[in-house]
Amino acid sequence: MKLTLRVWRQRNADADGAMSTYEVDDISPDMSFLEMLDTLNEELILGGEDPVAFDHDCREGICGACSLVINGDAHGPERTTTCQLHMRSFKDGDIIDIEPWRASAFPVVKDLVVDRSAFDRIIQAGGYITAPTGAAPEAHATPVPKPDADFAFEHAECIGCGACVAACPNGAAMLFTSAKVNHLNVLPQGAPERETRVLDMVAQMDEEGFGGCTLTGECATACPKGIPLVSITGMNKEWLRATRRSGKR
Amino acid sequence: MTRTMWDSSVGKKTVMAVSGLIMLAYLVVHMLGNLKIFFGSDEFNEYAHALRTLGEPFLHYEWALWITRVVLVAAVVAHAVSAYQLSRRDIKARPTKYVHKKPRASYATRTMRWGGIILGLFIVWHILDLTTGTVHPGGFEAGHPYQNVIDTFSTWYGNVIYIVAVLALGLHIRHGFWSAAQTLGVGSRTRDRAFKTIANVLALVLTVGFVSVPVAVMTGVVS
Amino acid sequence: MTAEYADYATGKPIADTKAPSGPVNERWDTRRFEAKLVNPANRRKHTVIVVGTGLAGGSAGATLAEQGYHVVQFCYQDSPRRAHSIAAQGGINAAKNYRNDGDSIHRLFYDTVKGGDFRARESNVHRLAQISVEIIDQCVAQGVPFAREYGGLLDTRSFGGVQVSRTFYARGQTGQQLLLGAYQALSRQIAAGNIEMHPRTEMLDLIVVDGRARGIVARDLITGRIDTYFADAVVLASGGYGNVFYLSTNAMNSNATAIWRAHRRGAYFANPCFTQIHPTCIPRTGEHQSKLTLMSESLRNDGRIWVPKAQGDQRPANEIPEDERDYYLERIYPSFGNLVPRDIASRAAKNVCDEGRGVGPGGQNQRGGAEGSSVEGGGGRREGVYLDFADAIKRMGRKAVEAKYGNLFDMYQRITDEDPYEVPMRIYPAVHYTMGGLWVDYDLQTTIPGLFAIGEANFSDHGANRLGASALMQGLADGYFVLPSTINDYLARNPHHEQVTAEHPVVQEVLAETEDRLSLLLAVDGDRTPDSFHRELGELMWEFCGMARTETGLRKALERIPQIREEFWRRIKVPGTGEEFNQSLEKANRVVDYLELAELMCLDALHRAESCGGHFREESQTPDGEADRRDEEFSYAAAWEFTSTGSAPVLHKEDLVFEYVHPTQRSYA
Repeated sequence: MKLTLRVWRQRNADADGAMSTYEVDDISPDMSFLEMLDTLNEELILGGEDPVAFDHDCREGICGACSLVINGDAHGPERTTTCQLHMRSFKDGDIIDIEPWRASAFPVVKDLVVDRSAFDRIIQAGGYITAPTGAAPEAHATPVPKPDADFAFEHAECIGCGACVAACPNGAAMLFTSAKVNHLNVLPQGAPERETRVLDMVAQMDEEGFGGCTLTGECATACPKGIPLVSITGMNKEWLRATRRSGKR
Repeated sequence: MTRTMWDSSVGKKTVMAVSGLIMLAYLVVHMLGNLKIFFGSDEFNEYAHALRTLGEPFLHYEWALWITRVVLVAAVVAHAVSAYQLSRRDIKARPTKYVHKKPRASYATRTMRWGGIILGLFIVWHILDLTTGTVHPGGFEAGHPYQNVIDTFSTWYGNVIYIVAVLALGLHIRHGFWSAAQTLGVGSRTRDRAFKTIANVLALVLTVGFVSVPVAVMTGVVS
Repeated sequence: MTAEYADYATGKPIADTKAPSGPVNERWDTRRFEAKLVNPANRRKHTVIVVGTGLAGGSAGATLAEQGYHVVQFCYQDSPRRAHSIAAQGGINAAKNYRNDGDSIHRLFYDTVKGGDFRARESNVHRLAQISVEIIDQCVAQGVPFAREYGGLLDTRSFGGVQVSRTFYARGQTGQQLLLGAYQALSRQIAAGNIEMHPRTEMLDLIVVDGRARGIVARDLITGRIDTYFADAVVLASGGYGNVFYLSTNAMNSNATAIWRAHRRGAYFANPCFTQIHPTCIPRTGEHQSKLTLMSESLRNDGRIWVPKAQGDQRPANEIPEDERDYYLERIYPSFGNLVPRDIASRAAKNVCDEGRGVGPGGQNQRGGAEGSSVEGGGGRREGVYLDFADAIKRMGRKAVEAKYGNLFDMYQRITDEDPYEVPMRIYPAVHYTMGGLWVDYDLQTTIPGLFAIGEANFSDHGANRLGASALMQGLADGYFVLPSTINDYLARNPHHEQVTAEHPVVQEVLAETEDRLSLLLAVDGDRTPDSFHRELGELMWEFCGMARTETGLRKALERIPQIREEFWRRIKVPGTGEEFNQSLEKANRVVDYLELAELMCLDALHRAESCGGHFREESQTPDGEADRRDEEFSYAAAWEFTSTGSAPVLHKEDLVFEYVHPTQRSYA
């Protein structure tokens, strides 16, 4: 396949960026999208040009590092991570636009690489269960009903890639935040911090400058792990519950 | 608690949901009342008068009306201010737009903001037209709403403004009602279809109900 | 040159001096009791550097911070949540015996020693088995959503060639869930101000002052700034070195720089040739392949592995009749069948492909023999065997198969564009885990005082072969429980009264070396990319130091590696500068270390003229082609001491003593 790539190039956080056009040839449909970019980069290096910087690591769809907006879609046309997208999803002669995640809370570091540390700070605000090492009771002491365990798991699958933010017209981080809130709040182990968790995480999310939710559903459509939109509803419910309760105390 | 509500993006959405539902409830009643016009001028005017004596003798003349007005104004203001502040936040959250643009989400979802602005302007016009009579075409007569309505819908612009606003309202409710359910945390995977259906039915019924009046005037069914 | 490097000297034997004697099940208690403690009030004054945020590093950082130490932690990823432990699929072993199926701490201990082909230390392995129980408790308390049964209790499954169900799992994402648990604990400590976290910062060297590890040199990957960080102890939790092979299931950026630089500074490197080749990976598709994807070996519980009986049979799988299929694992190992340990399954796959019975796209025809073509299969032999679920679907129904393996099937389909419900999967072994690593004593301390290595970065617990679902167990055991107990002893006995500062001559020297190395990489301005060298090295290693090794092959590799290294420094091209985000520079610098480590791996493989676990020397096999372990000569861990680049290292042997599990030839027939 022969393709035309239009890639966002930006030297560093402070520099202005622009789209640059590149041609790549001999692309096999079995290549992953990132392997296609590897091919481009090998050529750029040999030509003495700066290769395109992009985040990637496990290349098996679980670490959440890869983060490209391809033709306007976070992670491209398939519902998967960029690293699991294959060139067979494209046709010979296609023009492909490649851009970084766009959100004020995710400033560009270089080219297609953005800073997602805002997500870490949301987790730091309350996305955990306080269980110091050694303090744990026997694992079977508290049975967890299977539906609850499954519910927790479905939300715990979030890989923190940020596609939800990239896809949301408001640059909101509601789906990311709600995934963790739902995961931990449904478990009996998470109950003692149930209220503070959701209040603190939502407050941090606002603080980071993410937008608000208008329930467009773009986040859930882009999510490579299929975290459902109703996850946000669940967080809203937890937040209201916590607000009512903290008001009473 | 109030502070937490107002300071949080989730809290502000709650304010929007609650105020939206208050307005929605009012609209249902308002629409049903409007339909009285099909029973003729006497019954319609009587109904309008009855609204002023509602709650008597417990309430004084027009008190119920004023209470409703105050609540509605509060709801509109809360709804609009929250919407404005949330929109500002949303726009700030994506300072650089994508080069490759794609149409997103459903029509109803995308038009919430513009639809909201249209509705805001409409409300002002609507009050100036049929409550205070300031911009009313022809001679506005307090206490004769039947004639006032016919006057308004006898002008082309009166019909255009009204119908456009009602269509915007339908779209607004279609996304807004379902959205409010999510914001208030009552939505769930199993209830999702039900909420979407209710939202669609509400939107459709209100649109048809409101639009039926100007259409009736235009076609001469009501005159 | 080759002769020189291979002509190693044997130095003084080493011993693990920290493991107490006495009954094996009391040693850990004894050690913990004998260890000196640091007064809780004084802990804040001690700084510990932790490099890496995977299961081992994440859990260690969190736990040390909870104890009150000041932790300074590093990871090259943009977030600690992305460490490659996240990709582990299958599960985590623990001797809970919830199934009442005869499991016990002793059985897990026994299985691990035996599974490791008697090349691991008994005391370490026993401790691991003991701690396994506590790990599950800890993770459940953190909210790790393990699979549960309808009664609300934890579900377990049998995994990777053991006959008890002791593997706890969270669908096919156990590693992810455990890692997020550790990451969340870490996050809590970061928020509390107890951990100073440096993401996107890569360790480039170790600072050793007066014989003790006192800090590291690290580069901020965004700004390119190279800085020094100081501490009272340094913990390396930087993972394994499987990426020496270029293609592996490791993450693209997983690298050996931290452990290799520590080795160069004096930490012995043990058993570098012990590499685990995982049998169930998705075969490569061509030259462009950048990494390999593993499919959880739980698939072998229900899938049947086969190849056509006839060489060069190119019919589609579904058109090959039953009696023309060779279910070779079931045939050769009737009692274990498809569940034989990883090394055996991998080698068997290699053998059938060597015989010209491999399947899948690739070359038109096959050449037999181990020397069969290179890695990419273009025009050469086919590398792949079938993993067939047709019987399982018939037996359990498609629904049940979907429930159990749905996400793996989806992943397979996404990558290969083939529907595994309709046609059998194709799999082939790939480099997956490295059992070797920095030599550590019972306290997980390396030969440099104050330098600890945990998780895959050390060599200690898996011997010559790791059992399935044991990597997660070891990483968390080291990080949550072992290191936080043993490091106290070091810190209590070695109070550092004098601060090391950036002005210290040793620090200046290490810093200058690092800067020079990077400047040199940028200055060569040759005509080959870092990846091209990495790929060349990887192909060489896969061919000669992969699933089957021979003396001739290893000698060939030892001759070739210095040549590649020489060419590297002549022809490498790294664009850009060092003062910016420069992924080519990061890569080139990692390749520098692979080019040295690869040499040591080949030497270790050459010197160990026996077959054991993941290390198969063709010269040392039984008449029916099984690994022939030679205990009289090789019952030791080989710890290598660095001399200088390209010069022969010094071998130190740690004799292995088996008091409880008596060495037998592994037999899975």
